Amino acid sequence: MFSASVDSTFVHKMWDEQELSKMVTGGIPFPMISDAAGNLGRVYGVYDENAGVDIRGRFIIDPDGVVQAMEVMTPPVGRNLDETIRQVQAFQHVRKTKGAEVTPSGWHPGDPVLKPGPDLVGNVWKVWKPRK
Amino acid sequence: MAEESVGCARPTGSVVGASSTRPGSAAPEQPKEVSVVQVRVGGKAPDFQAPAYHQGKFTSVKLSDQLGKWVLLCFYPGDFTFV
Repeated sequence: MFSASVDSTFVHKMWDEQELSKMVTGGIPFPMISDAAGNLGRVYGVYDENAGVDIRGRFIIDPDGVVQAMEVMTPPVGRNLDETIRQVQAFQHVRKTKGAEVTPSGWHPGDPVLKPGPDLVGNVWKVWKPRK
Repeated sequence: MAEESVGCARPTGSVVGASSTRPGSAAPEQPKEVSVVQVRVGGKAPDFQAPAYHQGKFTSVKLSDQLGKWVLLCFYPGDFTFV
């Protein structure tokens, strides 16, 4: 886990010590990256040239270094960490089964998975019921 | 992650393999490169090396050092902002 903003590492230190450590025991456990020049944000498509900041962008990168998911949001709305964790768990499941099992929408660990193949065409309704 | 020495310069991250001009160097003025977004789902995440603060220390992180692990990379507008 890495976080990144255009703030300097000194500001990261102060923010962690002065505020975040009051919300998270022991302070932020992962490295807080300084993207002072916006070089990372530019290549990841999240640097706002006018505002000079990295907007909210979240990338799930698998063990091969492949981007499996991204979510980009304007600043005023916060993210949902539960959804991010759900997506990581789903991607991990798919990877573990080498793609033989895929996860339908809203899937959580333990829920039924889908096994793509000729027999499943038109028959998803038999094996997977959406909640509500 | 080795601890980095702390100076007055403001270090920043860079994409591995990208040409960069050092701040303060009298590099000839070049037309600013149009930044190319290299990220798409299913494609390789651009490798980068960047300074970081981690548990009381100033370090440097490189994305490719994390190969073999799942990585969550989160950008946000700024420290001490509200959301």
